[in-house]
Amino acid sequence: MSDKDTNQKPFEPRIVAFFCNWCTYTAADLAGTARMTYAPNVRVIRVMCSGRLDPQFILTALRQGADGVLIGGCHPGDCHYQEGNYKALRRFTLLKRLLREMGIEDERVQLEWIAASEGDKVQKVINRITEDVRRLGPLHLEPEALDRATEALLPDQTPAVAEGGAL
Amino acid sequence: MARKITIDPITRLEGHGKIDIFLNDQGNVDRAYFQVPESRGFERFAIGRPAEDMPQITSRICGVCPTAHHMAATRALDDLYKVDPPPAAKKVRELMYNIFFMEDHALHFFFLAGPDFVVGPQAPKAERNILGVLGKVGNEIGLKVIGMRKQWRELMNLVMGKAIHPVFGLPGGISRSITKEDLPRFIKTADESVEFGQFALKLFNDIVLKNPDYMHHITSDTYTHKTYYMGLVDKNNRINFYDGDLRVVGPDGKEYVKFGGRQYLDHMDEHVEPWSYIKFPYLKNIGWKGFEDGADSGIFAVAPLARLNAAESMGTPLAQENYEQYFKICGGKPVHFTLATSWARLIEMLYSAERMKELVADPDIINPDFRTIPTNTPSEGIGVVEAPRGTLIHHYRTDDNGIITKANLIVATQNNAARIAMSVDKAARGLISGGKVDDGILNMVEMAFRAYDPCHGCGTHALPGEMPLVVDIYDRDHNLVRQLRQD
Amino acid sequence: MSKPKVAFYWCASCGGCEEAVVDLAEDILKVVGAVDIVFWPVALDFKREDVEAMADNSLAVAFINGAIRSSEQHEMVELLRRKAGLVVAFGSCAHLGGIPGLANTFRRADLIDEAYHKSLSVTDGNGTEPLEKTEVPEGTLTLPKLWDTVKTLDQVIKVDYYLPGCPPPVNLINGAIGSILKNELPPPGSVLAPDMALCEECERRATKPDKMAQREFLRPHQIKADPEKCLLAQGLLCLGPVTRKGCGAACVKGNMPCTGCMGPTSHVVDFGTKALTAMASLVDSNDDREIAAILDQIADPVGTFYRYSLPASLLHRSYQPEHAKGEK
Repeated sequence: MSDKDTNQKPFEPRIVAFFCNWCTYTAADLAGTARMTYAPNVRVIRVMCSGRLDPQFILTALRQGADGVLIGGCHPGDCHYQEGNYKALRRFTLLKRLLREMGIEDERVQLEWIAASEGDKVQKVINRITEDVRRLGPLHLEPEALDRATEALLPDQTPAVAEGGAL
Repeated sequence: MARKITIDPITRLEGHGKIDIFLNDQGNVDRAYFQVPESRGFERFAIGRPAEDMPQITSRICGVCPTAHHMAATRALDDLYKVDPPPAAKKVRELMYNIFFMEDHALHFFFLAGPDFVVGPQAPKAERNILGVLGKVGNEIGLKVIGMRKQWRELMNLVMGKAIHPVFGLPGGISRSITKEDLPRFIKTADESVEFGQFALKLFNDIVLKNPDYMHHITSDTYTHKTYYMGLVDKNNRINFYDGDLRVVGPDGKEYVKFGGRQYLDHMDEHVEPWSYIKFPYLKNIGWKGFEDGADSGIFAVAPLARLNAAESMGTPLAQENYEQYFKICGGKPVHFTLATSWARLIEMLYSAERMKELVADPDIINPDFRTIPTNTPSEGIGVVEAPRGTLIHHYRTDDNGIITKANLIVATQNNAARIAMSVDKAARGLISGGKVDDGILNMVEMAFRAYDPCHGCGTHALPGEMPLVVDIYDRDHNLVRQLRQD
Repeated sequence: MSKPKVAFYWCASCGGCEEAVVDLAEDILKVVGAVDIVFWPVALDFKREDVEAMADNSLAVAFINGAIRSSEQHEMVELLRRKAGLVVAFGSCAHLGGIPGLANTFRRADLIDEAYHKSLSVTDGNGTEPLEKTEVPEGTLTLPKLWDTVKTLDQVIKVDYYLPGCPPPVNLINGAIGSILKNELPPPGSVLAPDMALCEECERRATKPDKMAQREFLRPHQIKADPEKCLLAQGLLCLGPVTRKGCGAACVKGNMPCTGCMGPTSHVVDFGTKALTAMASLVDSNDDREIAAILDQIADPVGTFYRYSLPASLLHRSYQPEHAKGEK
């Protein structure tokens, strides 16, 4: 993250996008084949469903240097797995309150429903969040003293609820 | 050449502390400062939290007296929601509170202050501890102490969820109570507690009162301060730890004022010094006059010494007998000898045992009606109890949803802070002369505050945690010539 | 052969961890028989100079409780780290930051302001607050500087093992001491407690529905909880599903919900968001406004889900852009 501090060039936000395989990722693909241009600040990570998105992933992205996070899923009622995007919505609703209390501005973490056919919406949303985050400036989190947390994060991410505690 | 001595950390107390002693050219004490180097910020981070979480959050101010914070917070919640708990809830709370008092007082006497008396204040530091106490009084007595304490802790775990950081307090009552099946254990423990209370007093009598050397220390001017005294009393001015009004007596022993907890801001204020994180409460209507004794200074004391002075009687027969003997031997009321606190503490322990016995005999104690669901809109609540270390006040303001908007905590050890600072200064002056300082003398300086059983975990709730004690000794040119620490 | 040497030390904590050791009761005599306790400020008179005089690595183990929030604490734990073969983070505060870690949604200046300037009972109006350095007639007095951010023990020194809980349950303390003495320790970095969720050992487990559908979240003062039935099923925010077991579900036995002091199992990095996920997933609605209304009944997400683990969270503390580049 040192480039954030030392770079004299204008701030270019880094945004991690978690896109659902069935809708938003396909839409992004469509935007690509249709040669729509959008801000190059977004790195897309494909997940099978927005319901797979563990809120820990969002914080991990921020911890590892993202200035913003975009989540894209199927429109309500359209989930490939019936209910996944509702799960995402429930978590996101509570997570937003928590993030707000933790001082993370609303615009840094956004959820959008984008159907497979909505390539233009991908373009619009990416451009918008890039400008939102650019306006907010870089995210400087409290530095990690010993790299315990980030190291532990990467390998072996296990399902949402610990064993014995299945809900 | 003048010097400065630092004792850091102070040991055998809960939390961190530091004493700086400045010596003059003759090697005598110019002044000793008692500092608390930490603070944890509870008043600030209580804001935004649901009020009903306060009994559990504020118990983390102190893991030694978590029940005191838990109870003060719970009583503040009763007041916040203007809800009157059923009689069973009040009685079970008071019962558990007295069990906690015995456990805590026993811990202090046997583990923390006891070594100074039982093993001796000038004994080698490797022996001035509970293990040394066991060595001196024998393993049988040691096991008796441990066994008694274990019984109390088990009863606390049973009813309060956890003995360390209880969970049972709610506005309008408690989450869990005592069943008919539990009761025989309580009755048995109550009987044994009364015996134990008498046993501890006899031990104190044999080891301390019969030793002219100790009595000389206890009654010496070095360990004496004439201040106001504060404690909770019932409507007959008998001692009570759980409920009542705050009564303040003057250095002459006469009642100065008596007020309900809700009026505390009319009578109490806190003074801030830049060299300590602890705040110094004083009687508002007399004012802060510096670290001075006497009726013109607003400094007051709390905890066992103060409580016995502030009450007119104990309210239970055996404790009352000892109370009378205590004032007789100490030369009448009020008692100003700081080191007599340890004796007063044991008399309170016996009171709690007798009170436990009374409460377990009350049919209400197993009444299943122990909760009233609050229905009023919350706005402001104040809860006052006597913690083992003195008067404890929790004061909350909330929004309509019961979310804390303001919290004010005046904690037991804080109430004693000014007197502790004076005691340390005076003890240092009395004990150090001609530049002669050794570990034993410094331990006797520490005894001046250890008697208060100061809990700086509590005192520093306002910002982080524990407190080792350092004594730094400085010369007149402010060069550090000696440092003694107990981390 | 001489007995292994052991030290206990405390940082920003409440003393409850010390009490938990005393609660070993007669077992403490066994411990004392098996090891030499060479440093324990709450109970023994040895001072820092005694520790400084020890050879490096001469302590078998240092049990350190409390969060770290001052340079003085940082120095002491670094000293103990040098002297000790093993360091055990003892209790929630050392492990995850604990309740003092809730201060991490504020700045130090806010804490000072509230305690010394805005307090209802500080009215003498001289505006004083504690200072690092004060000149008094006799000389200079100093106070340690408090950090802006509360840290966990392993954010400042290397930690070998963790004993979770606020305070750690007595049986786990006994177990940990036993496995150290017998040299039967799990891999370094382990939490010395079972790696399963609390529900697993909860007496009310049988009453937990297979699928929960929550229309309402209740606060503990709002209901008389049924003492037999799963608290989560009664609408209380019981964190049992995401909290590590090992305490015997003590709070639930007290008929109050688990607040998560044992921290997460090894599968979780950020306890708070995991707990949040578990609770949000229970909501029985697909309508965004209704979802929000149900979740709004959770009055204090940070205080509820990060009650003991804010400093150990991925964010460590609240974010304030204007302070982001500032002091620690």
